[in-house]
Amino acid sequence: MIYLLLFVEFFKIGLLAIGGGLVTIPFLMELTDKYDWFTRSQLADMIAVSESTPGPIGVNMATYAGFNASGFLGGIVATFGLLLPSLIIIILISQFVMKYQSCMTFQNILFGIRPAVLALILYAGYILAELAVKDIKGGIICAVLFLIIHRFKNVHPIFYILGGAVLGIVLKL
Amino acid sequence: MVGYFELFWTFFKIGLFTFGGGAAMLPLLKREVVERKHWAGDEELLDYYSIGQCTPGIIAINTATFIGYKMRGVFGAILTTFGVVVPSVIIITLVAAVLQNFMDNEYVEEAFAGVRLVVVALILQAVSELWIKGVKGKIGIAFFVLALGLLVFFNLSPVLVILIASAAGLAYLRGIKK
Repeated sequence: MIYLLLFVEFFKIGLLAIGGGLVTIPFLMELTDKYDWFTRSQLADMIAVSESTPGPIGVNMATYAGFNASGFLGGIVATFGLLLPSLIIIILISQFVMKYQSCMTFQNILFGIRPAVLALILYAGYILAELAVKDIKGGIICAVLFLIIHRFKNVHPIFYILGGAVLGIVLKL
Repeated sequence: MVGYFELFWTFFKIGLFTFGGGAAMLPLLKREVVERKHWAGDEELLDYYSIGQCTPGIIAINTATFIGYKMRGVFGAILTTFGVVVPSVIIITLVAAVLQNFMDNEYVEEAFAGVRLVVVALILQAVSELWIKGVKGKIGIAFFVLALGLLVFFNLSPVLVILIASAAGLAYLRGIKK
């Protein structure tokens, strides 16, 4: 029953992805090992599309992944699974403590999680790099792109992504 | 009292005009929720936002749920949360359906080959930004290396890595206090 699986997997992601939408990438990467819902290169494309369309990245990626797995309804089920933990947890937090203190208790747990999440994202990035960087030319372009993005952080990713598309066509990557 | 439709519609608009991660949503939230509707004060919004950052889930969804719950209880929370994701569901479904038909096109293939290089560079940039915020001191680096080792050498799932890291973090902090 693919819809149930989608719901459970994305519920887990909603429960464990703490921080920005990019944190969902390692979890989505794991899904490419477990199921044949989408491939790793499709995941790379999903990230690009999710960064350049309206809506929070995490939500966009869930919808996209669900759609790739099982069409329109799959997208809805995955998105619903992703948001349900937030809905439950935030309502509970609102009822008990409304103030920042509740965050302080959580800070302790986050102490170990933050560096671990970073390792997760870096490793996912490495796996995507293996796919995306096909030759030395690709490696050089990727390194130059990183330096440019690092230097001009305030430019919205959508411009880099569009630039990458043009570059791909011009250089016949 | 705020109407249900108004709650949904306000967050639908916020979802529609957010480009990027949860951080991109903050200025929009401020304008709509604080300045126009007066549903929350500046400080209150920042409080919600910081709790949203450190609790499980996508920041954008967490913040929407908070405000919805404050205004109209559980049903309000459901409406704001759905409001913020509905634009994504519609737009992504359309884009995905269209792209599916063009993926075999030579130019689209080349374009995405270029885009994938950008994606890798963007992820590296995100890691370098998070490094400054998230990895503090030698112990932070130790946790990072531990997690990376678990991933590379033991091929553990991200779920397990997160659970182990949170347990190790708590154990470490408890050890310091004693």
